[in-house]
Amino acid sequence: MASEHALPSPAATRGGRPRDSVGSWPLVDRVAYLLCWAVGIGLCAIAGVIVVFMLVKGIAYVRPILLVQSPSAGASEATSGGFLDPIVGTLLLTAIGTVIAAPLGVAMAVWLNEYARPAWLARAVESGVEMIAGTPSVVLAIFGLLVFSRPFLAFLSQTSAGGSVFGRSFLTAGAIMALLAIPLILGSTREGLAQVPAHVREASYALGKTKATTIRRVLLPSVRPHIAGGVTLGMGRIVGDTAIVVILLGATLRLEGVGGLPGLSTLRGTGGTLTSYVKYNSPAGEGNAPQKAYAAAFVLLIMVLALNALVTRITSRHTRHMR
Amino acid sequence: MGRRSSGGSRDKRAELALGALSVGVLAIIALMAVTVFAKAWPSFAHNGIKWFFPGGDVDQQLNAILGGPKDPAHYVYHLRAWPLLWGTIVTTALAVLIALVVSVLAAVFIVELAPAAVRRTIDPVVRLLAAVPSVVYGLIGILAIAPWVERTFISQQRKHSVAYVVQLTGSNLSVAVLILALMIVPIMVALVVGALQTVPRSWTEGSAALGVNRWRTMWRVSLRTARPAIVAATVLATARALGEAIMLSMVSGSRGFAANPLDGSTFLFEPVRPLAATIIDYIDGISVVPLEQTLYAMAAVLLVSCAFLSLAAWAVKQPMKRYGIRA
Amino acid sequence: MSSGQTTPPRARKIGLDGEPTLVAPIPVGSAPPHSRAGAAARNGRSSDVSAGSPPPATSVVERMTIEGVSLAYGEKWVVREVSLPVRQGEVLALIGASGSGKTTLLRSLNRLTEITAGATRAGRIVLDGEEIEQIEVNDLRRRVSMVFQQPNPFPMSIFENVAYALREEHSAGRRRRRRSRRELEPEVIDALHRAGLYDEVAADLDHPALRLSGGQQQRLCIARALAVRPEVLLLDEPCSALDPISTATIEQLIVGLRAEVAIVIVTHNLQQAMRVADHVAFMHLGELVEYGSSAQVFDNPRAQRTRDYVGGAFG
Repeated sequence: MASEHALPSPAATRGGRPRDSVGSWPLVDRVAYLLCWAVGIGLCAIAGVIVVFMLVKGIAYVRPILLVQSPSAGASEATSGGFLDPIVGTLLLTAIGTVIAAPLGVAMAVWLNEYARPAWLARAVESGVEMIAGTPSVVLAIFGLLVFSRPFLAFLSQTSAGGSVFGRSFLTAGAIMALLAIPLILGSTREGLAQVPAHVREASYALGKTKATTIRRVLLPSVRPHIAGGVTLGMGRIVGDTAIVVILLGATLRLEGVGGLPGLSTLRGTGGTLTSYVKYNSPAGEGNAPQKAYAAAFVLLIMVLALNALVTRITSRHTRHMR
Repeated sequence: MGRRSSGGSRDKRAELALGALSVGVLAIIALMAVTVFAKAWPSFAHNGIKWFFPGGDVDQQLNAILGGPKDPAHYVYHLRAWPLLWGTIVTTALAVLIALVVSVLAAVFIVELAPAAVRRTIDPVVRLLAAVPSVVYGLIGILAIAPWVERTFISQQRKHSVAYVVQLTGSNLSVAVLILALMIVPIMVALVVGALQTVPRSWTEGSAALGVNRWRTMWRVSLRTARPAIVAATVLATARALGEAIMLSMVSGSRGFAANPLDGSTFLFEPVRPLAATIIDYIDGISVVPLEQTLYAMAAVLLVSCAFLSLAAWAVKQPMKRYGIRA
Repeated sequence: MSSGQTTPPRARKIGLDGEPTLVAPIPVGSAPPHSRAGAAARNGRSSDVSAGSPPPATSVVERMTIEGVSLAYGEKWVVREVSLPVRQGEVLALIGASGSGKTTLLRSLNRLTEITAGATRAGRIVLDGEEIEQIEVNDLRRRVSMVFQQPNPFPMSIFENVAYALREEHSAGRRRRRRSRRELEPEVIDALHRAGLYDEVAADLDHPALRLSGGQQQRLCIARALAVRPEVLLLDEPCSALDPISTATIEQLIVGLRAEVAIVIVTHNLQQAMRVADHVAFMHLGELVEYGSSAQVFDNPRAQRTRDYVGGAFG
């Protein structure tokens, strides 16, 4: 190019930002603009306040000893005993719920995405899962109580002297907790499977692999991040639920085992989780030990936030990898 | 090929197994619906349509059911559940209304108005609000917010004005509605933001090129296009609000009282007890047969409401398809 | 042109009254018999009438002035020091290959480039004596309207599409008036007439706009842009997504609209430019290579690059 004189670099030329014209908008629009800003900043502020508040209370009331001592019965509850049992309860219940929900959720996602025959049945299953997802956990809980009070399921919990099945135990509560997690795991896995391009499946079939093998060896490994994300979401949901615990776990302060066998007795027995412990110690429960309640709530919040951060890390790492 | 046929039958078995599993879960829901209604029937049968009407003190009635004779022939079923229904309706409606306005404004802020740095912060903020367990919300409500409300808004005068009917405390409708709204905002914001982001750029650019400012473009084009998603979000949020039991049982007042709008602003400070919270509060009495059936009746009402909501959402989305608003 | 001619100097800075300051020597006797050369080549004004070029409007008023405008996305200048006049009463066509910067230049005329982050502008653009930077941006866009490459009617009825911008009118900072349908109807119908669409849709103005054909949708977009009576109409390859018949209809429309509004059209279709344009600006790699009347640029291009492009050497 002849006679082309250089222009200064754009960065040098860039002046101030172009004037936002909001000042000349009609009044109604300006009010709306301000409201949007207020809401946006307000939500951040509220979240900040909640975090800071719980942090303050947590630091004030959480002592390491609380984490390793069982709740002590009796009048001196407010000043002694910790919440080891509820912590164990939370972990145990989450484990049971996840162990049941994960295979079911993944299996259903696979069936819905890869087979789905007959079509009407697939739609019915989809609607059914949506219904479960939309059902309040209270309703799921008392449904569970009804089912697990049946004599033929007595092995899952304990039977009282009068012959009526108690129906409340870690196993029964875990089973219903699984219902909370299944829609999340199913949804996440399905999303992942839908994103796998058709040519991946076709390539596998072209090599003579059966559908079952393809699913097992090719598809499922490729959606592992989605499964992991869904499972973590499900765990978060289980950890945070109280209604099912109160109704189906007996909400006792300590783990009350049933029967002789060491492991099984805990599973068949009642207990509590951090959530039921918080409720118990709040003014709405019988314990009325606000400090303990705050401490337990703090630990609970940390757990849930950690799980959420984990989900974000799993999904963001996955999307980065895909790019 | 020999291997293909055995592979084929393995496929068949896999398909059947997975299908059976899926149908099995479907069976669980069917079972749930059937058992809930079956168990609920006696309560409805004994009260008839009046089950839904007002008539006396609900808490007294529930306690009567709880403490009634153990003889099946003399079970007490009498219930006039209107105060519970009204409590549910008012709490849910007000919370969803507030959450709707807040969520739409927040979504517009996130998608259009927020500077990049603020947008990056508000994303985890919304996720955090969604992650907080309901019992923690309830705890903060009952230990921090309710006392403040009681100190600030419930004067002696106010208490006197309704003392003949009900006691006013910090646990009441206003706290319940505000916290419930906060709990459902994250769900709605996520959905509305998603919908706004899929509005075709050609429309928003075209609107800008016609000299329409950013807010009006949002209002007339983007939000209008996102209407089906906003409806879906509202339905989801309403179902969530209906089902919230724990937080509400902690802060809503735990008194089966039909808050009276005619009381003016005092209406906001009257106690309520929505259905789900009632179930939780009376769950210890579930071994008493008539109470069990009464609680199942309440669960049945909740189930039907949620099902009805899904139907309503589907019906509302239909007419919007005409003008090309993709649902 | 015959060989042996001196290479005509490139017209870089041109006088803003349209007269080229540098005139290439006219080769004697080389004018092709059927060309629009001759009178047109001697003075740069499109005062000739010949087959294929639009008849001139009776009065020409300068509306917008582009002075030394440069535009960058990020760190790269995509338009370099371009100066052009935009006049009511004539159609200005921006032609050039992909990447020549013509669309970017067009979009800077109504400050649409500001929507993209990282866009920079240098130089001045003046609309009726005011720098467009000083005019409130939404006000500017009501005075300088745009029609896009892909028809983009809103998901509303035909009436509501055309009335869209009309409903937004307000005087600075004050309330919008809620205008009833009856009040708006005459303006909507008038705009539809001017866009040549009214006869086809008069039967049902509430018909969903998205159900119209492509050509009708584009004319609807033109009506929508005309409804607020802009001073300048910008068209970004408006026919590239349309069939030949719709294209022809819209081209006729464009020529007919010149009298009431200044038109700038970006097109990569040279025949289209020949059909509709009064003045043509050829851009290449961000620079303005040549500006002149349509007849002159196509039949007697001064610059080698113009000659190459017009002759189809690259596209």
